[in-house]
Amino acid sequence: MNLLDDFLVRAILAGLGVVLAAAPLGCFVVWRRMAYFGDATAHAAILGVALALSFNVSIFAGVLALALIMALTVSNLSGRGFAMDTLLGVTAHSSLAFGLVAVSFVPGVRVDLMAYLFGDILAVSKGDLAVIWTGAALVLALLYWRWSALLTTTLNPDLAIASGLSPKREQMVLSVALALVVAVAIKVVGTLLIAAMLLIPAASARSFARTPERMALIATGIGALSVLGGIEAAFAFDTPTGPTIVCIAALIFALANLARLLRPQTR
Amino acid sequence: MSLVSLDSISLRLGGRQVLDHVSLTLEPGEIVTIVGPNGSGKSTLLKVIIGALHPESGRINRQKGLKIGYVPQKLHIDPTLPLTVRRFLSLPNRVSDEAAHAALDDAGAGHLCNHQMTDLSGGQFQRVLLARALLTEPELLILDEATQGLDQPGSADFYAQVEALRRDKGCAVLMVSHELHVVMAASDRVVCLNGHVCCHGAPEHVASAPEYRALFGTGTHGALALYRHDHNHDHCDLDHDHEAHHGQQVHMHDHSHDRTHGDSQDHPHDHGETA
Repeated sequence: MNLLDDFLVRAILAGLGVVLAAAPLGCFVVWRRMAYFGDATAHAAILGVALALSFNVSIFAGVLALALIMALTVSNLSGRGFAMDTLLGVTAHSSLAFGLVAVSFVPGVRVDLMAYLFGDILAVSKGDLAVIWTGAALVLALLYWRWSALLTTTLNPDLAIASGLSPKREQMVLSVALALVVAVAIKVVGTLLIAAMLLIPAASARSFARTPERMALIATGIGALSVLGGIEAAFAFDTPTGPTIVCIAALIFALANLARLLRPQTR
Repeated sequence: MSLVSLDSISLRLGGRQVLDHVSLTLEPGEIVTIVGPNGSGKSTLLKVIIGALHPESGRINRQKGLKIGYVPQKLHIDPTLPLTVRRFLSLPNRVSDEAAHAALDDAGAGHLCNHQMTDLSGGQFQRVLLARALLTEPELLILDEATQGLDQPGSADFYAQVEALRRDKGCAVLMVSHELHVVMAASDRVVCLNGHVCCHGAPEHVASAPEYRALFGTGTHGALALYRHDHNHDHCDLDHDHEAHHGQQVHMHDHSHDRTHGDSQDHPHDHGETA
């Protein structure tokens, strides 16, 4: 019997695939203080789902397109009159609302919205796995290629410009990577919890890391642990899998910070 | 060919004319210092030169492939970003351990290699920034009050390093500095900026002015003679902290900070033109 025939194996592989891309990208989300940026992009995905269903194209394509539009819009609008958090709040929640309304117009199809809001990792197919791992590989390649430039831009845009880099271009790279992660993660944790998978492992890793690279690695490890633990726990306690994964990640975050509090010298 | 040439650059920021028809050229290997009161557009001018800000009018030409080393006035590092000094030196381009250690030793920061950037004191941080800027072996080094927060030996070491870099590699240096005694000693040219270029010239030229001579005896304060130029197009909102600081015996005039004070109204007093 093929190993991939087991839905539990597929679920674990799907989760690990998402974590592989989300954890390093999440580090940039934390460093650049764009937590709500992730939220806005993720919420736009619901609108993408609705549009994809009405125009009968693949959900992945619809979500990717909308997430990309949202990410680019927000990064271009920033610094033009409104404070960033206001702008993100408006776009995130209005696109979620429009998405929910739009889904109700989709004729004939009974759409299980819960599956898109919270994901359904246990229903991941072999096709989904291919999409997830391709997306994750793309994001990782993008981050690896631009790593040094992204880091310099994150540190200080003027410093980056003086070194011949373009902060605008690096912001674009991050936007594209974010849209990709949202598009591949929607099946696994759903739109409401994608931001959690970006943020929580990265935030937990901060206590243990001395260099940016180490932080990205540790975040990936913590993310992987959350996926394995979450699927295990969901199976044992018969709880929804996506939220359980996030719960485990949150517990690790709490423990990591407790450990730091007890040993304040280690940074 | 000039490294950078600015031709009549103008720029407004937030409705205020920060740069007004500024022209400037930088030749290879020369040390040029920009002086001017707070808010006179010094940092803005540096940002235009590195390309972080774009002028509304005027032309800027940079030599093709010009390598710029830049030390910003301040650099905030988010506490969520773990970064050792060693790692910082390799941004954006990786440098060898030997080069990194040598640069840190030169900057008097050799023992800081494995410290977190966020744990450094102001002076230590500045030393590391300088080490990084020098590591890239730039053709043009741009320093925005780079020695701010350094102690006296640190500051002296730093200028010695800049001088050596210019001598050995022919690197040009453009800096903003408030340490005017150093400016007088180390610069080939001094540019006084107050939105527009008020005056510029060799520091010796400036130093030979009688007003400057008269004041030079008072040590560093003497260098304030640089500011003794025509203020009749004074910008009302400028912060004349130098004048305020050194009193009326340096500037034998009374600056009115009245906001209704228009550009067209000449100050009814005489200033020594020094350059």
